[in-house]
Amino acid sequence: MDKHNDKARFFFEHYGLTEHDLERYLAAALSAGGDYADLYFEYLSSTSLMVDESMVKSASQGISAGCGVRVVSGERTGYAYTDDLSSDRILHAARTAALIASAPAKTTVTGFQKSAARSLYPVTLPSVDAEISAKVELVMRADKAARAYDPRIKEVRASYSDELRNILVVASDGTFAEDSQPLARMNVSCIAKTENNSARGTSGGGGRVALDFFFGDKNPEFFAKESARQAILQLDAREAPAGDMEVVLGPGWPGVLLHEAVGHGLEADFNRKKTSAFAGLIGKRVASEKCTVVDNGTMPWRRGSLNVDDEGEPTQETVLIEKGILKGYLSDKLSSRLMGIADTGNGRRESYEHIPMPRMTNTYMLAGQDNPEDIIRSVKHGVYAVNFGGGQVDITNGKFVFSASEAYMIEDGKITAPIKGATLIGNGPDVLTRVSMVGNDLKLDEGVGTCGKDGQAVPVGVGIPTLKVDRLTVGGTARKDPGGFMQ
Amino acid sequence: MTPTELETRNSKLETDLREVAQDIVARAMAGGATAAECVVREGDEFSTLVRLGQVETLKESGSKSVGARVFFGQRAASTYSSDFSREGLDRMVKSALELAKITSEDPFGGIPSADQLGQLAGDLDLYHEDVYSLPGADRIDYARRAEKAALDTDPRIKNSDGGSFDAATGHKVLANSHGFVGEFKRSYCSVAAVPIAQTDDGAMQRDYWFSVARTLKKLDAPEQVGRIAAERTLRRLGAKKAKTAKVPIVFDPMVSTSILEHIFEGINGDSVYRGASFLAGKLGQKIAGDNVNIIDDGTIPGGFGTSPFDGEGIPTRRTVVIENGVLNSYLLNTYTAKKLGMQTTANAARGLAGTPGIGPGNYFLQPGTKSPKDLIAGIKEGLYVTEFLGQGVNLVTGDYSRGASGLWISGGELTYPVEEITVAGNLKDLFFNISEIASDLEFRGSVAAPTIRIDGLTVGGE
Repeated sequence: MDKHNDKARFFFEHYGLTEHDLERYLAAALSAGGDYADLYFEYLSSTSLMVDESMVKSASQGISAGCGVRVVSGERTGYAYTDDLSSDRILHAARTAALIASAPAKTTVTGFQKSAARSLYPVTLPSVDAEISAKVELVMRADKAARAYDPRIKEVRASYSDELRNILVVASDGTFAEDSQPLARMNVSCIAKTENNSARGTSGGGGRVALDFFFGDKNPEFFAKESARQAILQLDAREAPAGDMEVVLGPGWPGVLLHEAVGHGLEADFNRKKTSAFAGLIGKRVASEKCTVVDNGTMPWRRGSLNVDDEGEPTQETVLIEKGILKGYLSDKLSSRLMGIADTGNGRRESYEHIPMPRMTNTYMLAGQDNPEDIIRSVKHGVYAVNFGGGQVDITNGKFVFSASEAYMIEDGKITAPIKGATLIGNGPDVLTRVSMVGNDLKLDEGVGTCGKDGQAVPVGVGIPTLKVDRLTVGGTARKDPGGFMQ
Repeated sequence: MTPTELETRNSKLETDLREVAQDIVARAMAGGATAAECVVREGDEFSTLVRLGQVETLKESGSKSVGARVFFGQRAASTYSSDFSREGLDRMVKSALELAKITSEDPFGGIPSADQLGQLAGDLDLYHEDVYSLPGADRIDYARRAEKAALDTDPRIKNSDGGSFDAATGHKVLANSHGFVGEFKRSYCSVAAVPIAQTDDGAMQRDYWFSVARTLKKLDAPEQVGRIAAERTLRRLGAKKAKTAKVPIVFDPMVSTSILEHIFEGINGDSVYRGASFLAGKLGQKIAGDNVNIIDDGTIPGGFGTSPFDGEGIPTRRTVVIENGVLNSYLLNTYTAKKLGMQTTANAARGLAGTPGIGPGNYFLQPGTKSPKDLIAGIKEGLYVTEFLGQGVNLVTGDYSRGASGLWISGGELTYPVEEITVAGNLKDLFFNISEIASDLEFRGSVAAPTIRIDGLTVGGE
């Protein structure tokens, strides 16, 4: 049996770690005082392949392993890490982190309670251990399918990457959690060219899945054709309008709206420090009655899901907004202790080199009652956006953006011409109050989301049903109506 | 850590890094590779965040990692690891040799020829030990002082995302099967403040300022950083939306660098050989106005983008990228140079794993003679952008659409702050419409540009 796969005891077997060692390290971390200390062990193995010009141009594999030690004293956090998992290096890191505290040792470690095992991604053979030739087949198939879609598809780049992240988290509060987290994704990018025009398209997906995921419905041909379709469509896209108008968002990845407009603003650390535009708004209306928004880390196989967060806390489904009313924040251990709120299991970190903080998992809006076709029909003059690149938010003034990569005009209730990608901008605390229709077609994204905060990247998921925002600013170049604007 | 300890520790590591790199190359060759390359990196980092006068985080650590790239004729693969044990390194080499068997034969691949390799002689002023010589308490004090100065500037600065101080050193060795062994060290320190201002109605705004240098001696005083951060933040209070309009737009130096980055994305070898940019094939043609001159120079002593050799071991140089608006040179590495039938410009950027990409050295827009104030004075109605939000730039089509905030210009002066607007256009026109370039060129990183004025863009608002 492959030891990689046995999530329990991975670090004990691989590094000869014992529970006694863990107690010793935690004691060293708390030797100068402090309320709490934890150790986060991580072993990450990954593979990636890329096909370009129909050739496997690059293949790469790697291992990254280490341990991060955190000591918390009041509101202060001391942190140190080591990529050398020998005893004296971990102790050195523990003593460095301990420098944050300055009182006699008072917190002691009194044993560990192992968290109940949950199994959101029971992969028998992690893809990092699967035959590389099978992965080569995936990217070559993607390349072939994209080029076959249309003779105007001239450049294709298809990539595949996967990883297996084994973690062990132990803490002075008794936390003891282990997990083995697979992650895989495929991506296809195309450039379409005619004599005097070029356009690009991209599509991808995956999740915490095994390699056989890509031999099902979401196979290389699926992503390749979608990428090529977008590139061809964009060849005929005309200028997008500029200014405020009605915007309809398609289901799935356009859920980036929620991630940027409200998701970050509801992370507990920003609200504790009162730096978020949502601070102090619990119990207030922040969205229309049709909107219920949740963050859910417990969805099986999803890219944004986790059995336990990176502090060893079980993940959960947290209702952020219920029928338009703000219900709660996404919290981690530090935030929950300092704010007196429940720990929602959203404490995440990019790697052992990073300090954890509240992060999203899978963030989506529940399905509503409206028929998606009725939603389109209700718009006299607006934009229908179905695919996006990324987005960004300033959580202090609440302004957020997300950039459409596939969008159309809606004229008199009908979808008409495709328009060039434009950035949409709005204000988080009130944009959802202008959601007047919510469709019955909730979809989550295909499994490509990566969220950045404070220099740390983590995998996430987003989703929405088709929905209509009565007013959003579209960053195009064309006058939206005659007699348009100042010159 | 005393200077003697630091010295002893460093000299031991020097032997280690060079030895490890050369050993990996030798093992790869012994395993049947026809060419091999190895990068070993070692670094230290320190960072502290002080918020409302109290230390919030204190982080200090070191790390080491190694990456290898091997060739079997025209097939290549790469692996990386943080495990420096004998077994770990052997496993890494073995994986690379195995992996190379499944890649395709690429006639343009390979490491540079022996006669191209080398490193710039002399002291490039990249490493100063003083970034770590400040005692811990003083480093924390830098952060505290920056924040305090911001908070003390005005009673409307009521909150803060903190003052911070960061320091880091890095040591890199590159070795390959031509016998090249290059190495250099770099140091870095910075102090920053992120104040938050609030008006009586509770609306908040946040901005920031920072100073960065390779030595403490060149770092701006924390008080100055805090004060400027506060002024920038206060300037945003009361921001409102602008009306949709087509007006001249001025980009302040923190955002004008983005225009250079778009040009870089369009003229690097990767974009060019794939035709993934509208600038591909335009070498020798006019792609911008007469007043545009852009240089890439990896040799400037002390520069943030300076290194003695690029990611493939070729000495860096100064390249005139755009001269009087004419595209004079692409920026290339060995692979893309071969693809285009040209010579590398020594802009290879090597991460730990994978094939080398392309990165700028010190990359900047030559300044003009007008002061930013005079540049703004020439505008009747317009927008002064101080921050962009999101991406929204497509180098294939040139389409440009980004969220923005800044100040409205009226009668040649900066007036009220604006937010929740977009700036849109197309880069194909934009590069020809950089109608004015001011004199205020300053390096706060490896990419730098002065204040510039661009015409022909659309502000999206009400």
